[in-house]
Amino acid sequence: MSDTAARPVTETFAVRERKQSELVFRRFLRHRAAVTSLLLFVLVVLFAYVGPLLWKYSYTDITDDLSRSPSLTHPFGTDLIGHDTMAQVMRGTQQSLKIALAIALIGTVLGALWGAIAGLYRGRLDFLMMRIVDIVLTLPTIAVAAAVAAQGVGGSQWWSIAVILGALTWPYVSRVVRGVVLSLREQEFIEAARALGAGNPRIILRHLLPNALGAIIVVATLTIATGILGEAALSFLGVGVQAPDTSLGLLVSINRDAVNTRPWLFYFPGLFIILIALTINFVGDGLRDAFDPKQTRVRQ
Amino acid sequence: MFAYVVRRLLAAIPVLIVASFIAYALVALSGDPLEPLKIRNPPAPQRTIDLETARLGLDENIFVRYWHWLTGVLQGNFGESVQSNYDIGENLARSTVVTLRLVVVAMLLALILAVITGVLSAVRQYSKFDYATTFLGFVFLAMPSFWIAIVLKDLAVRYNKATGTTVFYTIGEKSQNYDSLSPFGKFGDLAGHLILPTIALALISYAAWSRYQRAAMLEVLNSDYVRLARAKGLAWRQVLTRHVLRTALIPLVTVTALDIAAILGGAVITETVFNWNGLGRMLLTGVGRADTNAVAGWLLLAGLVVIIFNVIADVLYAVLDPRIRHE
Repeated sequence: MSDTAARPVTETFAVRERKQSELVFRRFLRHRAAVTSLLLFVLVVLFAYVGPLLWKYSYTDITDDLSRSPSLTHPFGTDLIGHDTMAQVMRGTQQSLKIALAIALIGTVLGALWGAIAGLYRGRLDFLMMRIVDIVLTLPTIAVAAAVAAQGVGGSQWWSIAVILGALTWPYVSRVVRGVVLSLREQEFIEAARALGAGNPRIILRHLLPNALGAIIVVATLTIATGILGEAALSFLGVGVQAPDTSLGLLVSINRDAVNTRPWLFYFPGLFIILIALTINFVGDGLRDAFDPKQTRVRQ
Repeated sequence: MFAYVVRRLLAAIPVLIVASFIAYALVALSGDPLEPLKIRNPPAPQRTIDLETARLGLDENIFVRYWHWLTGVLQGNFGESVQSNYDIGENLARSTVVTLRLVVVAMLLALILAVITGVLSAVRQYSKFDYATTFLGFVFLAMPSFWIAIVLKDLAVRYNKATGTTVFYTIGEKSQNYDSLSPFGKFGDLAGHLILPTIALALISYAAWSRYQRAAMLEVLNSDYVRLARAKGLAWRQVLTRHVLRTALIPLVTVTALDIAAILGGAVITETVFNWNGLGRMLLTGVGRADTNAVAGWLLLAGLVVIIFNVIADVLYAVLDPRIRHE
């Protein structure tokens, strides 16, 4: 008799226990478009942050090559006064990513707390908080942001754009989080926590928000994509990032008249905006499937 | 139903008042409309600055200014502009007609396209058509609206040059000689100028809406009552139109109404690209001059449009879903 037979039956059939996060990760890996997108996004981030260290031109350098089309020395060409477009796109991607991530961070933190508080307390406080959300949603984001940003509040720093757009993004997040919290708060574990004497702040921070994490991560990811597009739109209208600094939106904007004559100046920064927003959206889609498999896998 | 609509509109009044106060305060506090006068070289005489301050009511505190503005608006007077000969109310009315034309046509186009592709890709789930439209939807969703607009404009200019015609109008909302055209010619002229901006504005909303429509269709297609309808022996066509589509349109109605604020923002950008003289230019001019009354009037109007669209959505909701009756 070998010793395998001597083992208790339960051990033979036992399956290694997997954590929730591990399950999510495995499901995410099965979503091919999302994994490819994540890799592409990481490449874009490396291009933006490591690229400038390796590339011979800086975004402020003025070379002797004026208005050159893409070549080996200037893969993305040069502009009218000799800036290397690839160096400019690197810097622009850096700034745009930084702004988009800051928008997502501000919008998500504010929105998650707001939604969780409204959802947990219900009643009059909920009503009041949600009317405030309605008020912000009534105003077109771009119009309000343009009105505030145009006057150079905060001296047109990158963070002032992030704060303005973040302050207009949180209502979307808070609606999602409130919806999740409304169903979570009726569950037994919240009742149990309350019976053990947990106060509202503890319930929100230790029980509700961690359990709503899936929804929060998904909506945060999508907020990055809208953030990139929001920054681009503001810079296009001339009230976002200002020269001498640059961003993807500003690059597209200042080169819009070159679309016909020197298309590389217009198309490369634009393609990077699309690439970032596209990959982020796919990653968000993959995360949604991974966190909540029953939502999208429809059985026929 | 009528009583419900009236009640909804009444409930929107406090939201509008608070929203307009926030907008007013933000614009008023973030810039000084007299700065051009003050930094001018040679500087403007102190008397001019004092007169302008009094004319624009800048010497009052923000609450008083807002109150004057609000009571004025309710009587049809949108207040003094920084540009003394600029009539805010008149410009708002004229620009609204121009921009709403664009917004409404673009929304209709986006809705029709979204419903068609959403339905087809759900019925043929995982088909080539489904994968293609899904991918295209993601691409449109990732494109900045001004980028699409500029690319479309460039393509149209190239086409016009290549054929030596002006099939596509790329500048302005109407031709220079618009006033001398016949009524029929006027209509054609407006429609011609609408084509490109409408497509540019519609594509973004279309992308998001077709995704919603697809998801809603899939959910209904897998429901028990559709299975029952099929089991009863109803024709597939009839099941689709009567049972599935009618239910699956409901989520789209809500999403459309929620998106109207974003579409207005998109219209500002599209109009800028195509040099329209509509709400977009009005906002940006007002913003550039720190013209509080003009920008606040603009935002109040935008808020009103958003609320009206939301009420329309609620009414449609009741028409589509017999379980919801607003009594």
